[in-house]
Parts: sequence; structure tokens; C-alpha cells
Amino acid sequence: MSKNPFPLSKDELLKAYRTMRTIREFEERLHVEFAKGDIPGFVHLYAGEEACATGIMMHLTDTDRIASTHRGHGHCIAKGVDVHEMMAEIYGKATGACRGKGGSMHIADLSKGMMGANGILGAGAPLACGAALASKFRGDKGVSVTFFGDGASNQGMVLESMNLAAVWNLPVIFVVENNGYAESTSVDYATAVDSYVDRASGFGLPGVTVDGADFFAVYEAAGEVIRRAREGGGPSLLECKMARFFGHFEGDAQTYKAKDENELNRANRDCIKMFADRVREAGVVTAAELGAIEKEVEALIDDAVAAAKNALPPTPRELTTDVYVSY
Amino acid sequence: MADESVKPIVMPKWGLSMSEGKLTGWLKTAGDKIAVGEQIVEVETDKIAGVVEASDAGVLRRTIGEVDAVYPVKALIGVIADASVPDSEIDAYVASYVTPAADEEEEEEKSAYAFVDTPVGSIRYAKRGERGDAVVLVHGFGGDLDNWLFNIDALAAKTTVYALDLPGHGQSTKAIPENGLLGLAKGLLGFMDALDVERAHLVGHSMGGAVSMLAALEAPQRVQSLTLIDSAGLGSEINADYLAGFVSASSRRELKPVVEQLFADPKLVSRQLLEDLLRYKRLDGVEAALSTISSQFQADGKQRTVLGPELKGFDGPILVIWGEDDRVIPAAHANALAGAKTEIISGVGHMAQMEKASRVNELVLAHLGV
Amino acid sequence: MARKISMKQAINEALDLEMKRDPTVIVMGEDIVGGAGAPGEEDAWGGVLGVTKGLHAKYPGRLLDTPLSESAYIGAAIGAATCGMRPVAELMFLDFSGVCFDQILNQAAKFKYMFGGKAKTPVVIRAMVGAGFRAAAQHSQMLTPVFTHIPGLKVVCPSNAYDAKGLLIQAIRDDDPVIFCEHKNLYGHETDVPAEAYAIPFGEASVVREGKDVTIVSYGLTVQRALEAAEKLAKDRIQAEVIDLRTLSPIDWDTVVESVESTGRLVVVDEANPRCSIATDVAARVAQEAFNALKAAPQMVTAPHAPVPFSPVLEDLYIPTADAIAKAASKIASHAIAA
Repeated sequence: MSKNPFPLSKDELLKAYRTMRTIREFEERLHVEFAKGDIPGFVHLYAGEEACATGIMMHLTDTDRIASTHRGHGHCIAKGVDVHEMMAEIYGKATGACRGKGGSMHIADLSKGMMGANGILGAGAPLACGAALASKFRGDKGVSVTFFGDGASNQGMVLESMNLAAVWNLPVIFVVENNGYAESTSVDYATAVDSYVDRASGFGLPGVTVDGADFFAVYEAAGEVIRRAREGGGPSLLECKMARFFGHFEGDAQTYKAKDENELNRANRDCIKMFADRVREAGVVTAAELGAIEKEVEALIDDAVAAAKNALPPTPRELTTDVYVSY
Repeated sequence: MADESVKPIVMPKWGLSMSEGKLTGWLKTAGDKIAVGEQIVEVETDKIAGVVEASDAGVLRRTIGEVDAVYPVKALIGVIADASVPDSEIDAYVASYVTPAADEEEEEEKSAYAFVDTPVGSIRYAKRGERGDAVVLVHGFGGDLDNWLFNIDALAAKTTVYALDLPGHGQSTKAIPENGLLGLAKGLLGFMDALDVERAHLVGHSMGGAVSMLAALEAPQRVQSLTLIDSAGLGSEINADYLAGFVSASSRRELKPVVEQLFADPKLVSRQLLEDLLRYKRLDGVEAALSTISSQFQADGKQRTVLGPELKGFDGPILVIWGEDDRVIPAAHANALAGAKTEIISGVGHMAQMEKASRVNELVLAHLGV
Repeated sequence: MARKISMKQAINEALDLEMKRDPTVIVMGEDIVGGAGAPGEEDAWGGVLGVTKGLHAKYPGRLLDTPLSESAYIGAAIGAATCGMRPVAELMFLDFSGVCFDQILNQAAKFKYMFGGKAKTPVVIRAMVGAGFRAAAQHSQMLTPVFTHIPGLKVVCPSNAYDAKGLLIQAIRDDDPVIFCEHKNLYGHETDVPAEAYAIPFGEASVVREGKDVTIVSYGLTVQRALEAAEKLAKDRIQAEVIDLRTLSPIDWDTVVESVESTGRLVVVDEANPRCSIATDVAARVAQEAFNALKAAPQMVTAPHAPVPFSPVLEDLYIPTADAIAKAASKIASHAIAA
């Protein structure tokens, strides 16, 4: 086996691959299951963007916190939330991560530093500032990461949060997941600047744009901004440009996209394929090793779906529990 | 002089902070013959409801106070006079009656409470009267010096009265001394030291009775006499539900039925009495202090300190007073001390000194020999 | 030991005692220290009306002046609360909730439920409410019903200094998000307040005056007006019972219903606008729970369905007056006296 040219050990590479494959399998499977009509509500799939969540989260521990978005399954999996609990939550079952009361858009696991997917675009930014402030007071060296899309980047609370993080020098990273669409609206239409780095500099924040389909580019850029924040160097912005393989939500006919856009993206902008090719071609990881992970992940998702389908829904008394800690 | 045959019934001053009271009902009607000590009119203060008893005999000639009206302390609410006194004289008396100004009272109120540093911490107390023997009033579990509001002035007419808040109570330190009731007894003696009270008559209510007895055993030379009212320490039975309820209650709704057990007449528990108790109970440290004292005081529903049948080592006179309907500590304990004078008052609960203040004051003054 | 202090001092004292007791308590808001980064004196303001004055020197670094950026700092307070802090965020005027409502409505209020019970958000949002300050339509509203409507939030509105201190201490110790509404015209109001720390439990109304003829229910400034009204009514021999709700969520229905069961008459006084208000809430609940005890139709005395006006002449007509309360009570209770 050749010398490892990557900044990650072989075990870490396999871990990254397992994470990305788990996200992909989770989302592809949801796409299928949703069409069967068993899943209530909306789901927003992260397929195509796996390298972004994974490349960032490889630098974080449970002490670090993330505030996620409506398209949050990938962030959850990469932050270590239990896949069975996530799937059960999406099916609205009592065994779900939120006991069936949150659903796809609100999966959270605070013990893993996952402050919640969020149905309100941009709302995670102030919350991540608060988490970073708490870390600062505690002196635990924790870093907070808030994810938001190119659409939510125009929310006032995101912009206010960049200013607050800058003036308070908070250890928080603003990650713009630029997949080109705010729901159906193109980023070119809705965002006045060409680069989010320019916008960051307006708040005195260092910013960097990377190819979000390139796991290693994300990993390296995230490593630098997170290290800086951890060492007291303050907030940064990281823009990851990538492709959303599915629609805004499941059931979206995606007529606003170019005709062959999804096919071209899957062929040329698939972060997982790109990652697998590189690590295999470098001779660090074998096809068999990757294949084993794929099988393992497939079995995991099969099991999670079966378990979620068989799980019981919440009991009626759950309707009014957990509104308050005490009332 | 006409005034000597005409006796006013005035709005009483019960306690240190009372400035006015509401007349809630007449128990007698004009023309009734009245004997000394008879209950004439019901009055409610912001602290407690009570009954004005006749201090003079005669005929109730006028009921001036109107039901539900509020009158300042010492306002004329009725007139007693002999049947022979002509109406014109009564009318003249009423017309010329002037309610004494409240200025003096307010001045008094400012100095009503004081604080003194003692070895167990800061202790709040009230001192009334300047003559005769020293008397120290020791309240019970969860109480404070206001438990004596119907007694302190009556006793102060002939003695120098001190009423204190025990540690953990009222506005005194919330730190509880070691050694349970004995610690409180030592705290009481320390309080007397701090005020240079060499020797005193101790009047203790409930747990304060047990504390007074322990002080008397600890320093018999400093205790001139004991008066024990509905006292702890004379038998093992105690209403543990009351104690537990008092410690745990955090709302008016929870506290009311608990506190009602203290009185034969639950109507005496006023809104303000409960509010004052809640204000005390809400202070940081009070719940912990009360649970500590409660556990030192009783275990498994039995009092842990039972003194008697005789207080060996204390030779002074002892008076035991009990409310017949006491639902916290049974009145049967009244007979536990050989050699003590005993008085059981009917129609009265655990708070005998409040529910039948005039009788208790009379008994205590007689016991003190003043 | 109790002494007379103002509601403003009582709030300052509550913050002081809790910051001393618990290092996770931090305070943030616009100008709560004042003069941050400016060349003049430190702690220049201590809040726009001086409520937090003096705390900066005692707890350096734990009072954070914020940019004028309510979404960001209210959201940050909420985020920090989910991460083990107990932030007290001052929103200056509750009217400003318009620019950070999402963080209150969709974040703080929802976490506990939406995350299946796993989150707790012990944040306090302090804000001034109420009219009478000549501050017009955007700095004077009584928005309590807006927040009471939202499950997951607790809503507190004290009427006096004693309650303000005990309720704020409870709010800080409470594990749920609390909207703490301070009527700006009560800041100078003085009552006896113990120097020690004490917590008043939520959901326990205070019966501030007992009476048998009519129940007057209110909260905040109008409790004082209701007490004045009760004095007036007493002169007409109508004995009014005055109930101060103290907390609007949770609300003490038992005390209200029990009182109306004994008086048979209800006047509910609310400085908020009349529609979907605390007044309608209390009247409806009483109608449902104590219908058979009612001897007359419940009366609501509220602000009009209009924004708060600027002109003093108009504003003085806005907040329910003692006269209006007494009139409403007389209307339903006067025949009780004749009987």
C-alpha cells in the first residue's frame, strides 16, 4: 500500500466515507420511501452535499455545537446523531430522536452538540452565537458552527449574527451551503453579491469559498477556520458551493432546473464518488474496503427503516407533555 | 365626672404594626348586659381576626362602629355604661370623644423591632415595657415574635418584655445552631447575654416551650419561672402531618389548611397571616432551616425531646397552659409535669395565646406575681 | 430584613443576588452597562432607565452591552441558555419583540416540545411594557396576551417591588423561557422588600384585598388602579376582592374561580387591547367554570382597540382608570348593597 498523501489517517478516511455513504443512503432511501406515502409532512434531502457536513464535522467533538437547517439530515448524521432515532423521528414514531414530536425539520440531540435542525431559515445563526458565548464563558474551547443556505444568507438574523460574532469575537463559523437554489429561486437572482466572502468582509470576518463537492477542500478550509476560532481568533465564514441532487422538498417537480442538470450533477459533481476515486487511486483504501462500508451502511439503513416502520407512534398523552420543564 | 361611669369600647391595638382594624360583626346588641371578659365585637386586622372582650361591666348602650367599616386604633366603636346613666350623657360622651393621634404610635413602630448580634447569629427582637422583671417570649416552630401580638403589650404594662425570632425564624439568621433544640436553647441564653438580661421569666409556646425548658435546665439560675403554652417536650405525640405540611407548603392554597389546624376557629386565619408566613417561607434558606429543625425536633411522628415527669434541676415555678382543642400537641400533655400549675382553656386550639389572649395574659401575669 | 425600595431597585437586587449565587447567570442587552467603547465613563447608563446600574462593577464581564441587533442577541441568549447558561436578556421595550419574534416564538418557545423534551431553555427576557410614559405607539404597548398565547413561554408581569424581586429570582431559576414584563410606570413604586433572596412561585395569584361583593382581577400597573377603585367602592359599601394574577402563564385559575364563586361578580382589568386579551381569557374561563355562581355578566375594563396615542390628553384616556374600574364594579355590584 502506498504512502498516505491525505491529511487524514486511513481510519479517518474510512470514517469520512462511512459518514458520507450513510447520509447518501439515508436520503436516497427516504426519496423512495417518501414516494410510497408512509412518511408524513415534508422532507428536504441533503444528497449531493455530504462532503460539506462531513468535511466540517470531522473537526468537531461533542463539546462543539452546530445549528442546522431544514435540510439537516446530513448535519445530524455527521454530528453523530443515532440513525435509527432519526429515521423513527421522520416516520413520527415514539422511538424517534424527538419522540415523534419534531419530525424531519427538528431533529436534535444536544448531548451530541446538535442544537437542532430548524424550520426557520437563518434562525440557527443567533443560536450558534449563543452556544459560542456559552463556550467562551465556560472556557471549554468549544466552537459553534451554523449552517444556512444561499437563500437564508439574506436573512437579517444571519447578518446581525455575523456582526455580533465579530464584535464579541465569538468562536463561531458561518457556513453558507450554496447549492444554487433558495427553494426554487436561483442564487444569482436573490443574492446581490457574487461571493459570500465579500459579504463576510463587510462584517470584518475572514471568509473563504471552497468547492463543496471536494471533501478535502472542505476539510482543509474548515480545519483552518475552526482552529482559529478555537484559539480565540474569532468567527469566520466558509462558503461551500455544491449541487442539490433532489428538489427543495420531496415532491418538488424541479421544473425550474435545467433539463439535464440533475444527471450532469450526479455524473460530475458527486462528492462521494470523487472522494472514493481519490482515496482508491492514491492506493490508500481498497475498493473492497469501500464496498464493505457500502454493504454495512445499506444494512444499517434497511434496519433503521424497518425499525421505524414497526415502531409505535407516540401515545395520546404525549400531545401535551414536554411543553414546559415545569408548569 | 360623667366619664367615669361611661366606658368606651375602642378599636384595639393588637400587635406592633396594627394601625387600624375592620369591624366585622357585633356579638351583642345595644341594651345587652355585659360582664367583664364577655365577647362583644369582632374585629379583623391585616394580621388576624379576633374578638374584643369587655374590660368593664355594664350595659351596652351604643354600637357606634358599623359592620365592614375600618377604624383607626383607639377609635370609639361602642359605649358601655350603667343602665342609670342618662342617654344625654352618653351622647355628650360620644360627641366629645377624640381618637388619640397616631403620631406617637408611628414613632413607636419605627423602634418596634431591633436586631442584636449573638453567638448564633443576628437575632431580631422586640422590647416593650421598662419596668419590673424581664420576660422573654419564645415562639414555636415556624413562628415568630408576632405570635405574641395580643400579649406583648398587656405583659409590658407590668414587666419588661422581650420577644425574639429564634434562629431559622422570622427575620433572624437562617443558620441553625448545632444540637437541635438544645442549640436553640443555648441560642436563647446567648440572646439574653447579648441584651444583658441576667435573669428572666421564660414564656414558651409549642417548640418554644421545649426550648425554654432546656434553657432552664442549662442555666437554672437565669430562669425565674417557666410558662409553657401548648408546649412541646412534655410527651411524645405530635401532629407530624402538620409539621411536614408546614415545611412543604409553598402556596396560600397549600398552607391554609395546614395553618388552620393551629386554631380552634379556622376563620382566624386571615389572608395577611398566610401572606406573612409565605413571605417568610419563600426566603432562601428557610425551607432547609425548617426541615433541619423539624427533623431534630421529631422523628417518625414522635417528639425526640421529652422532659418530665419533672424538670430535674429546675426548681422555679411552672405554669402550663393548653388549648383544649389543640390539634398539634394533645392537651393531655398539660398534666405531664408534676408540681406545675395547669390551666386548660376550652374552645381554643394550639395558638392559645392568640385565640384567648386575655385569659392567657391574665394567667401569665398572675403566675409572674406582678 | 425588609425595607421600602422601588421596583427598579428590587429588580436590580434580584439580578445582583442571582449573579452572586450562580456564575452561569449573565445579563445582556442594549446599553445595560452603557457607554461601551465610548471615551466617557463606564457604566454610564446601567440600562436606558438605570435598572442594571452598578452591577457591571460587581460582576465585570458578565453584563454584555449588545449592538442594536435584537434578533442576534435575543437569539444568542436563547442559544446560550440551551448550552448551560442562564442569560437574562433585556429587550428594553417589549414593542421591540417585532424584530426578534422568531427567536422567541419559533425557537425558545418550541425547543422543549419540538425536541421531544430533551432541551431546556432557561432564558429570561426582561422588557418594559405599558403606557403612561408619553412614549407613543411603539414604546408603550401591553403585549402580554401575545406571549401568553404561545405555549412554551412563561409570562410574568409584577405589580409591585416585592413581587418583582421574587418573581424575577424565580424567572432566573426557572428552567423554561420567561417573558418578564416590567411596567415602566411602576419602576418608582415602593413596597417593603426583604434584603434576602426569595422566589415567588409562578402560577400563584395574590389576593391583595379581600371582599365579598365583587372580584376584580388584574395584573401589572392596573392592580394599583384596581386597589384605588376598591377604596372608592368601599366608600359606597361595596367590598371588592382584588386579585393580582402576577403570572399570566401559568395562570392561577383556581384563585380566580374560587373568588368569583364567593362574590358572584367579576371585573377583569387589562391594560392590553381588548381583543384576544387577558381580559377575554379570564372572562371566558370564569363563564365556563363558574357560570352558575355568576350573579351578573362579567365586565372587562381594558385599553381601547387602538394604538397608544402620544398626546397626554389622549394617553390618559387609554389606560383603565380607577374610576372606570369602580364604575364597572358598581354597575354589577350596587344592587348587592341594597339587598
